Amino acid sequence: MENIIHVEQLRKEFKSYSSRSGLKGAFRDLFTRNYKIMPAVNDISFQVQPGEMVGYIGENGAGKSTSIKMLTGILTPTSGMVSVNGMNPHKERERFVQTIGVVFGQRSQLWWDIAVQESFRLLKKVYNVSDQAYKDHMEHVIESLDIGPLLDKPVRKLSLGQRMRCELAAALLHNPTLLFLDEPTIGLDVLVKLKIRNFLKEMNERYNTTILLTTHDLSDIEALCDRVIMLDEGSVIYDGKLAQLRSNWGEGKQIQFQFADSNITELKLSMVCNELPVEWVQGNRNNIWIASVKNDESVISALIGKVVAAHKITDIKIQEITTEEIIRNIYEEGIVYG
Amino acid sequence: MAKYIEMIRIRFLMMLAYRTNYYSGILIYSINIGAYYFLWGAIYGGSESIEGISVTQMTTYVAVAWMARAFYFNNIDREIAQEIKEGKVAIEFIRPYNYLVMKTMQGLGEGLFRLLFFSVPGMIIVALVFPISFSASIETWGYFAIAIIFSFIINTQINILTGVLTFFLFNNDGLIRAKRVIIDLFSGLLLPISFYPGWAQELMNFLPFQAISYIPSMIFTDGFAGSEATQAILFQIIWALLLIIPIQLFWLFAKKRLVVQGG
Repeated sequence: MENIIHVEQLRKEFKSYSSRSGLKGAFRDLFTRNYKIMPAVNDISFQVQPGEMVGYIGENGAGKSTSIKMLTGILTPTSGMVSVNGMNPHKERERFVQTIGVVFGQRSQLWWDIAVQESFRLLKKVYNVSDQAYKDHMEHVIESLDIGPLLDKPVRKLSLGQRMRCELAAALLHNPTLLFLDEPTIGLDVLVKLKIRNFLKEMNERYNTTILLTTHDLSDIEALCDRVIMLDEGSVIYDGKLAQLRSNWGEGKQIQFQFADSNITELKLSMVCNELPVEWVQGNRNNIWIASVKNDESVISALIGKVVAAHKITDIKIQEITTEEIIRNIYEEGIVYG
Repeated sequence: MAKYIEMIRIRFLMMLAYRTNYYSGILIYSINIGAYYFLWGAIYGGSESIEGISVTQMTTYVAVAWMARAFYFNNIDREIAQEIKEGKVAIEFIRPYNYLVMKTMQGLGEGLFRLLFFSVPGMIIVALVFPISFSASIETWGYFAIAIIFSFIINTQINILTGVLTFFLFNNDGLIRAKRVIIDLFSGLLLPISFYPGWAQELMNFLPFQAISYIPSMIFTDGFAGSEATQAILFQIIWALLLIIPIQLFWLFAKKRLVVQGG
């Protein structure tokens, strides 16, 4: 199948200057400045196929926003090749932006002082949407996002959750084949998040809309995306299935024991279960110990049996390693194994 | 084209959303016209005319200059600067339209709103209070209409130029303020160009500013008539065309080096 996004060796450098310290330094800065060239996006390559929902994640400053801005034609790449919907976003900007929708969670694209429906009306003209197409598509969107009662209110009077739903509707007004979402659920409550997720899923099923989503809320990614692309310091460090990431990193379970006796040591514990593959880490109190083991019934049962038989416990918890922990581990180490 | 016309409508709605601005605008303009009326009355004293302009012509000049200002004046330089500074210009780049044309249309929407709901009624009230002479000839009105359209175009071009410079300077509040003073002074709003010393008049013939206020006001007061009026309008047309060049150049460079400030 034809790729909807094709990125090859994409690079963006920013020129930044560092200020010298002190008053003397400030005067010197007036005449000459120290320039440094920093690559924000460092030769990344990936492809996205139509109908995919891709999570685009990385720490703050990893280059997510910069690369999204290049994909949407806002920024010119320093070097490399970008092709989105078969076009070069920067060269054919006006024709290209007709085919994409963008939501920036931290910036409003609706007109602040006027009613939502007036913004919609303007966008309908801007994107040249026919009355019939608008009616067919938008009536459904307005209904599923439940924004009907908000349409005659000015944007500045809406709550964040209400505004975000309107932003989403505005971005989808021309029914684009590709949707970029830059932190669409930032600062939203659980119910609104759920509503937005369900809506995005529905759009994807109904129109085969391709979605590229950046977020810091991994539950969004878990709920929506099969595939994740992970960035760190401007480079792609992982590109593949989310499930794969989980199985490579999070195949184990953690069992947390709280012992009655606070004089417990790692030595005592490893003596109890010497032949089992287990790693012990002390918890935040000295009678709490966490055992990391493989996700295997016999190992888990054997471990619990032996520990409980040898030492008195007051509490026990079994946890699966969350995606968040996996991602945190990856960020800390900077590479993906396996 | 429909999208640009729709933008004018949106601007009308925005102007209506802030009624206080509208009312305070009327007050400020009336105070200005009143103050200049009395100032010029004092300057004229007993004399019939100064530099070939009579007292009534002067009063009309002042009133028309301010009312035309309501039409051609806009804040798009400040808006462009702010949108660049806050990084909102990024949103404008993901829309299928030309940002600068859209900004011009917003300015036009604002201008038309003020012309219809502010200048016209304002002029009627001013004419009742102060002695103002309206030209009877249709020709004068026709020339005046063409001249204020070009005032709007040239003033907007200068505003766009100032606004787009934010891409290079990052913060140009000072420049915007300086530009406003220069336009008020050199466009002939505060003082007709013919009152300036000879060398200054010569100099201003090489600058676009008098096309903004002096030319339409002189046409309205019959200070320019016949060939003088057509020549003045030609002066405006030439400047409107010339100013397209630096705007296009700056805009091209600006797009290349666009850095979205604030994430």
